[in-house]
Amino acid sequence: MGLTIAQRIELAKEGNRRELGKLLSLIESGVKLPINPSNPWVLGVTGPPGVGKSTLIGVMIEEWVKRGEKVAVLAVDPSSPRSGGALLADRMRMSSADSSKSVFVRSLATRNHPGGLIPFLDHMINLLELCGWSRIIIETVGGGQSEIRIVAFADRVMLVDGPDRGDIIQAEKAGIIELADLVVINKSDLPNAQNAANSIKTSFDYSNNNRDKLVILTSALNKTGISELIDVVEMLEIDEERNSLRIKERLLSAWDFLLLSNPALNDILLDLESGRINLDEALSRL
Amino acid sequence: MGMRIVIAKPGLDGHDRGAKVIARALRDAGHEVIYTGLRRKPSEIVRVVMDEDAVAVGLSTLSGAHNVLIPKVCEELIANNMSDIVVFAGGIIPESDREHLYSLGVRAIFGPGTQTNSIIEFLETISKRKESDLEVGVGDNPGWRWD
Repeated sequence: MGLTIAQRIELAKEGNRRELGKLLSLIESGVKLPINPSNPWVLGVTGPPGVGKSTLIGVMIEEWVKRGEKVAVLAVDPSSPRSGGALLADRMRMSSADSSKSVFVRSLATRNHPGGLIPFLDHMINLLELCGWSRIIIETVGGGQSEIRIVAFADRVMLVDGPDRGDIIQAEKAGIIELADLVVINKSDLPNAQNAANSIKTSFDYSNNNRDKLVILTSALNKTGISELIDVVEMLEIDEERNSLRIKERLLSAWDFLLLSNPALNDILLDLESGRINLDEALSRL
Repeated sequence: MGMRIVIAKPGLDGHDRGAKVIARALRDAGHEVIYTGLRRKPSEIVRVVMDEDAVAVGLSTLSGAHNVLIPKVCEELIANNMSDIVVFAGGIIPESDREHLYSLGVRAIFGPGTQTNSIIEFLETISKRKESDLEVGVGDNPGWRWD
């Protein structure tokens, strides 16, 4: 349709979700929209698979909407490395998401882009904030480097775990704990949730960097602890030290993107493979 | 090049094995599939298609309510300026009900025994038709259908 990008941005600002959806696709395809960065409120939510991240976000959304906020969620799932396709099913657990005017959920697949979604996330967040979304959530399964980099685009990070999983150790290994402002043990309706929370707290007490980190119990199923969780999240102050870690991750991902989208990359890789050049020479050619 | 496709379960129908098989097959064919989960209202499905900027929506129904739910989704898509969205259906839809659904803009109906390959071929075809500006959306002339 013959609308200019500026006109479409205007429509999206007026609340036209169809245009907002299309603009997000444009950003994903690499188009840079003329939007000035502002100061969006962004929460990154990560954690191992199956701990209830999407369900928890679903009930957090309800609470935020009750408090008069407009909540947008970017739910990131991996693409299949073989086919490039993706099965995006986070929103099925956020049942409140598909009827309220105050909620917008967009599913994103990671790997159809060189360097992942990273270079686009910033623009998506700025667009959402411009369109009046006052709470922006980025959800991703936590484990690998690319996930850390995705949550690094939020200035508040919440790590979710379940009772009896021990996966927090994995998160610690991956370095996500350093980026997180708080840890939520979801499924507090199950036995051992309190134990899990206690053991995480104890492990934090041993570490200078984590001593101030909060551990909160919730049950997304029974909707307990949700209002308290929102209170805590709302009160979070942006931590200087963690913030500089996150900014470093953002820079690294931008750098990766630049590298992976270098037109000479394939030739250099071929030369490396055949042994015509060594790593140092490859670097200098890049 | 993969498309964004919503696979939806409208109405009070708890059977989603079929929808999940299709979702997986489309993913393996390189598409990005957004699965809505069970028991969604037509208005919710339209909302998902809108927010996710999907090209097509597949409606899976085995409850016998297809004559109510599928037309509702088609109507609401058109009412929301989304006439270009491609609608296809699957599940238990008797032959005698299909003509009516096609006349509302549904482009394909896949019954039991369908090979996932033919759904993938259908999607390739709609992508080509879109490129050549041939009618394929729910609001376009309902002449063309997949057989």
